[in-house]
This record gives sequence, C-alpha cells and structure tokens, in this order.
Amino acid sequence: MMFKTCSVRLMAIFTLLISSPLIADELSAFDKMSGQLNIAGGTAHIPVMKRAARQIMGHNPDIRITIAGGGSGVGVQQVAKGLVNIGNTGRALKNKEMNLGLNSFAFAIDGVAVIIHPQNPVDDLSQQQIIDIYQGKITNWRELGGQDRLIHLFSRDEASGTRSVFTKKLLKGAQLAANANIVPSNGAMKTAVSQDMGAIGYSSVGYIDNMVKAPTYNHIMPTQEACASEEYPVVRRLYMNTKGLPDGLTQAFIDYIYSKQGAKHVQASGYIAIDAKP
Amino acid sequence: MQSHKLTLKQNSWMQALLMTLVVSSGLLLFAVFCFLIWFSLPVFFTETTSVFSLKWQPEQGHFGILAMVFGTLSLAFLSTSVAFVIAMGLNSFCLLSRRRWLVTLLRSLLRFMAAIPTVVYGLAALFLLLPLLRNGLQLGSGYSLFAAVCMLILLILPVICVMLDNITTPLWQQYALGAQALGFSPEQTYMHVILPHCRVNICGAALLGFNRAIGDTMLPLMLAGNATQLPSGVFDAIRSLTAHIALVIATDQGSEAYNSLFVAGMLLLICSACICLLSRYLVGRNRLVQPE
Repeated sequence: MMFKTCSVRLMAIFTLLISSPLIADELSAFDKMSGQLNIAGGTAHIPVMKRAARQIMGHNPDIRITIAGGGSGVGVQQVAKGLVNIGNTGRALKNKEMNLGLNSFAFAIDGVAVIIHPQNPVDDLSQQQIIDIYQGKITNWRELGGQDRLIHLFSRDEASGTRSVFTKKLLKGAQLAANANIVPSNGAMKTAVSQDMGAIGYSSVGYIDNMVKAPTYNHIMPTQEACASEEYPVVRRLYMNTKGLPDGLTQAFIDYIYSKQGAKHVQASGYIAIDAKP
Repeated sequence: MQSHKLTLKQNSWMQALLMTLVVSSGLLLFAVFCFLIWFSLPVFFTETTSVFSLKWQPEQGHFGILAMVFGTLSLAFLSTSVAFVIAMGLNSFCLLSRRRWLVTLLRSLLRFMAAIPTVVYGLAALFLLLPLLRNGLQLGSGYSLFAAVCMLILLILPVICVMLDNITTPLWQQYALGAQALGFSPEQTYMHVILPHCRVNICGAALLGFNRAIGDTMLPLMLAGNATQLPSGVFDAIRSLTAHIALVIATDQGSEAYNSLFVAGMLLLICSACICLLSRYLVGRNRLVQPE
C-alpha cells in the first residue's frame, strides 16, 4: 500500500516535470526528429554543448548528439569537409574560411583571463606586466610582489582560439617567449596551473573555478558581468558554424541554443548568452 | 605429406599474389615519400619563411622546426643510451642468475611492459613524476626533457630487452657447455663468447629502440612541455617533431604552420627509413661473418 502511494506520487511528479510548459515548449521542437548530430571544434564550447545535448537526448532518445573537441581549427576543417554538422570556433571566421560557404552563429560571449595557482599571493597584474611575463622579461614572482619563485609560463597550442584572442587582445601581438610550455586544451591548462605554484596560464573565463585563481587585470576582475559590459576587454564570441544554411536537426539544435533554456546552459557554463540570432 | 605440397599451378598463383602484395606495398611506401615531398616543396620555395631555423613564432611569421628536430634527437639519444645500458644489465642477469624464478618473473614482466599503452605511462608520470620534480626537487615546472626521457626508457626497455633475449638465449644454450668445458666461468662466457658473437645484432636491437623513441608521440606531448626552444639542460622543456605534428595539425589547412608539418613528417620518415636500412645492413653483414 505504502509502495503504491509512493509510486503514484512519483508518477505525479514525473508527469508534472514532463508537462511543465517551459520545458515542453523548447524541447518539443525535437519531438518527431531522429538521427545523429555531430559537433566538433573549440574546447570552450564543450560544456554548453554537453548540457544541451543531455537535455535533448533525454527528451528524445532517437536523437544522438556527439561532441568532440580539437580546437577552433579542427572545427572549421571538419565542418567545411562535411564531417560534422556543427563546427565550433572561439573566433570569428577568417575571410578564407568564409569562402568555404560557412555560416556563423555567435551565441555567447566569453572572456579570456590569466590564471595562476590559488595559493599565489599576487592579486593584480597590469597588461604591461603580463606582456613582460609572456615575453620572458619578468621571470620571478618576487618582481610582482609575490614569493621568490620562478615563473613557469603556460600557453596554448597554435590552433587554439583562446590563444589567438589572448595574443591579439592582451599581448597586443607581442612575441611569446620560447620557453613557454604548451598545453592542448582549456582543461589541460587548468590542470597544469592548479598543480604548479609558479605557473601562469590563461583560459576561458568559463573554466575558472576554485582550482585556479584569476588575478584582477588592470584592477578589473574578469567576471561574467565585466565581460558582458566589455569593461573587461579581453573578450571573444563563441560561434557555431554550419556549412550552408542549417536545416532539420542542426537547425533545431541551433534554435535550442538560442532559446531561454539554451541561454541557461550558456550561463551555467560560465559564459554570457547572446539572445538575438543574427 | 603429399597433401601439404602445393601443386605447380597453385604455387605460381601464390607467387603472383605475393608479388602483387610486395609491389603494392613498395609502391605505397614510395607514394608516401612522394606525397610528403610534394607537399613540403612549397615550404622550401617561399621566401618569407625558413623552415630550417630555430625560431617558431607563428604569430610573427617564423616557422622554424630545427628546435623540434633537436628535441626529437636529444630525446631519442638520451632514452636509448640509458635504456640500452639497463637492457644489457638485465640481459646478463637473465642468463647468469641462479635465481631462475626471478628470471622467469623478470621476463614475463618485460613482456607485460611491452603491452602497456604509452598514454598510461604518460598519465602516471603526470601525477607521480611531475609533482616530484616540481615540488620535491624544485626543478622548474616538471614538464621537461628529463620527464619524457624517464618514461620513454620504460617504453623502449622491453623492446630492447626482448630483442637481446631472443638473440643471446639460443647462443647461450649452444655455447655454454663447451665454454665451461674449456674452463670459462659463466661471466667469462658471456663477456668473451656470447657478446662478441652477436655484437651487430645488439646494435640492431639498440637501433630498434631508437626508432621507437623517435616515433612516440604521446609521452613527449604529455610530459616534455612542448616549448619550442633549444634546451639548455635536461630539466628544460622541449618539443619533439611528433608532438609538434600533433599540436599543429589542428590549425587551418594551407597555413604556413600547417605546411611545416609536411617537412616534419618527411624528416621523421627519412629518419626511420635510414635507421631501418642501417639495421638491415648490419644484420646482412653479420650473416657473412657467421659461417653457419
């Protein structure tokens, strides 16, 4: 008897959850669809894509969504060749890439911020200081008011959108010191920096949590709000790219990312959602 | 017996099949060479870049890969020389030790080690060796030539060991008794009979390990730091050619950075082809020396 009431209650809760108008509206676009959607590219996009994919596949098990990383370069390459439906980039497409017949959909704003070990006492770094560090002119944390410890430079690989934003907007094209260690993803950067007291690296603001510390930049904290208002200047847009105009499942997925629920996934991943579809 | 013999017709058919396979695989290899040379040609003929320079600054338009060539060579030489010495020690232990159970254990351990994927070594080093170098010994960030060499030694040790074992064990069985009868101690037999007899094969084993060290991608990528510099010591970060290809392959196709990969690939291929030919030559020369 007890068991029966329990299950009845559970059923009622589930029915409520499923029929909740907000969820039903935005996921109902996927109701009669099936098939596979392949996504690859920028690693900063992955948390958003994963959250969205989980919701959609939970709603309609006939849809399979695969998400791969690889970086912005891979995103462009694979979507242009038709290997994936959506290729993500953390930068605007170059002219050469536009000519391949790609369409871009910017859906989020992301900041790129310097990260250091959480126990590093340095709290603020100016743009010039960061340039000097990455050029190899400042080599010890003592020169920045920290402990007497050598600075270990970490940078991203050549195909990274995060790297191109960082070198263009923060380093202003300054030459990177040759002894910088190179890691291949945002996640690897966070792991490397969180384990090394002397490390300095940079990552997407969405990846910053209590494993690492983001010092203020010219006394501005790189928060989501500061990025949204462009008070914090090292920002970029995150793009989904399709070959030609999207249709079917791809179209539905992009619409979902732009929906209210999609915006929630973007926020939960640490980025700022862009509402208006271009 | 009769049923096992191939008829003349079947035999010629088999020969044709084998010939086709040989020719097609030869052609494939040739095609790979041509492909790499063809795609790396534009890199040599562009004036703005020089692939054979030490400077890799993609944002500034410098695409030199010499630092990576040096990285690969130093990685391979260091790991092979250390692994070779250890392998020789293990080999003599396997032949000379009276604790046979320990030898059996060692042999099966080595064969097991040969089957471990490199990414497992990389992961283990990332969480055990690197923190030790960084926090315990205060040797920079830990990502270094040294860390990659340490794990590469583990990778190529079983390769060299198993090769040496396969060479020396039959010789030992063949000569041990005779040498003993002539008054050689086991150590003397090993030093003065076995080793001189298979000197060239030993070189072959070392070369095979060297080739393996040059070709590995995962360990340098995960552990060596991938900095595009000439190391000033073993605790500096380096980038190997293989890791370079893995890192840069994701850039947009047709860019200068991407094109430099074809040169990197060509160098790697030439390197391993040379080593292969050299070891062939060595083994061939050995046959002439041994009238058996």
